[in-house]
Amino acid sequence: MATVELDRLVKRYGQTTVVHGIDLSIRDGEFVVLVGPSGCGKSTTLRMIAGLEEISGGEIRIGGRVVNDLQPRERNIAMVFQNYAIYPHMSVADNIAFGLYRSKLSKSEKRQRVEQAAETLGLSQLLDRRPSALSGGQRQRVAIGRAMVRDPAAFLFDEPLSNLDAQLRTQMRIEIKRLHHRLGTTSVFVTHDQVEAMTMADRIVVMRDGRILQVGTPLELYENPVDIFTARFIGSPTMNLLPASVREGGADLTLGGSVQVPPAAATSADILIGARPQDLVPSSPDVPGLTVSGTVAVVETLGSETLVHIESAGQTIIGSAPGRQIPQIGEQLTLHAPAERLYYFDTATEKALAAR
Amino acid sequence: MKAAASSSSLAMPKIRPSRILAWTLLFIGGVIMVTPLLFMLSTSLKDASQVYDLRVIPEAPTLDNYIEILGDGRFTRWLINSTIVAMIVTLSNVFFDSLVGYTLAKFRFRGRYIVFIAILSTLMIPTEMLVLPWYLMASQFGWLDSYWGIMFPGMMTAFGTFLMKQFFEGVPDDFLEAARIDGLNEFTIWWKIAMPLVTPALSALAIFTFLGNWTAFFWPLIVTTSAELYTLPVGLSSFAVEQSIQWEKIMTGASIATLPTLIIFLFLQRYIVRGVMLAGLKG
Repeated sequence: MATVELDRLVKRYGQTTVVHGIDLSIRDGEFVVLVGPSGCGKSTTLRMIAGLEEISGGEIRIGGRVVNDLQPRERNIAMVFQNYAIYPHMSVADNIAFGLYRSKLSKSEKRQRVEQAAETLGLSQLLDRRPSALSGGQRQRVAIGRAMVRDPAAFLFDEPLSNLDAQLRTQMRIEIKRLHHRLGTTSVFVTHDQVEAMTMADRIVVMRDGRILQVGTPLELYENPVDIFTARFIGSPTMNLLPASVREGGADLTLGGSVQVPPAAATSADILIGARPQDLVPSSPDVPGLTVSGTVAVVETLGSETLVHIESAGQTIIGSAPGRQIPQIGEQLTLHAPAERLYYFDTATEKALAAR
Repeated sequence: MKAAASSSSLAMPKIRPSRILAWTLLFIGGVIMVTPLLFMLSTSLKDASQVYDLRVIPEAPTLDNYIEILGDGRFTRWLINSTIVAMIVTLSNVFFDSLVGYTLAKFRFRGRYIVFIAILSTLMIPTEMLVLPWYLMASQFGWLDSYWGIMFPGMMTAFGTFLMKQFFEGVPDDFLEAARIDGLNEFTIWWKIAMPLVTPALSALAIFTFLGNWTAFFWPLIVTTSAELYTLPVGLSSFAVEQSIQWEKIMTGASIATLPTLIIFLFLQRYIVRGVMLAGLKG
């Protein structure tokens, strides 16, 4: 187990800089998720931690030791790849044992470790099989097993669940989380899926264009996004953003109506008012907040709730209704979100205006 | 009568004219290819007096030629020479072609493309043109009339390198990176991870190289002068120059020499077909 620290980490490919001097400190035993759209530099960052990519500037420390010039094998890390990367010409047992390739343990100790890992991951019955005879989920477990046997300083996961179907993905998510609880090994997990990030992370690192936008617990990011990108990236469906012009004592929405805004949010003339679909519900506006009316265009019935898309002055706004209350398409509907659930952003800088 | 006619039309599915044409062509092709083999086998079972009797089935078949050839120390020697040469050259190609192919496919280094093009361009030069420089080289280094002299031009081939490079490009980098993290060095990654993943290509390469060297005639003929260093094809040809042409001996030797080729084809057809498909074509 170890801390992982990135200090002004830079990656350049020729003239193109893909990681712009990022700083990040991962605590011992922490589960950190790097999340962002493709091309944001998250996988490159992970590969630099692993030693699979050379770094162009800055410093990486694992367990306090600078590893900039160390080979991957000298960093004592284990990595799980998106395509599993389990060797097709070896049995499950040999694949798992490969994690101990450099280990000086005796043969019987190695076997014992392999069996232990297999038992933890429910692979005991499959040890003699070849990877081609395994399902996607089982293959990913073998890859995790290979990473586990070594007792590494840190686990690195590079989008390990993206090749699994939705149901398996949920299951593996829980398994990885449970494993982390049991082993307590520092883990860095890369994904572009915000649900994975929210459900698994102790802390989430939101990245965009090779820069870190925000680091925080899932709830901190959900409640206090620092900018529009994070606000829309975290949370599903994405946050509604309504343009408004600030005036004395409030703001006028472009699509009609007005909202009271806190003084901290009234520092800019043009702002965007954010409301999460879960907060925007059909109700009468008896408390101050945001009220929008429009025609129901799409209804998504999820059972536990119903997502309602309404059209108002050419803009689509998503709200939610209780599960058993299903509005009719074409119906006029008024949605309301209380003032304390609203977010405010500067239109020009896209930064959040008032901490909540 | 009517019932009989309809049942026969049921039993005999309609044969398309294109099928008939294809079968005819295949049959003619088969005859053209098999006839010399049959004659070779048939002649090997005849005595010297019947050689010019063109009957396929010999009047008085005899195994005397086989007994004589196999009892002749020279022939056994040539067989051993051919085996040694073909085996070593094959092993060398499997090792070096794949090592170079892997490097070109999986490592980024300055001049990589130039090296690849240089290797590939040697494919455009016909063997006949290379024989003279090879000979001069062998002569300068004192390799004439030696095993090494026979083998050195074929120890690594551009074709094999190209074939292996194409194959290694299909091996996902994740495997190699996982191995790098698991603690293997670059050579071990190639040997333990990458090589097993390209077994079909290795088999194809090994088969082509073995057969090519087993049947090689031109270069071994030029580079060897002493009979104990002849490979089988060169040795067999010497039956034609010493006394008169001993066709029955040549054909017996050729029949024996064909055996390994036939065995390889029978057992490894699958790999050969796959190898030909993957490599474009290689005669």
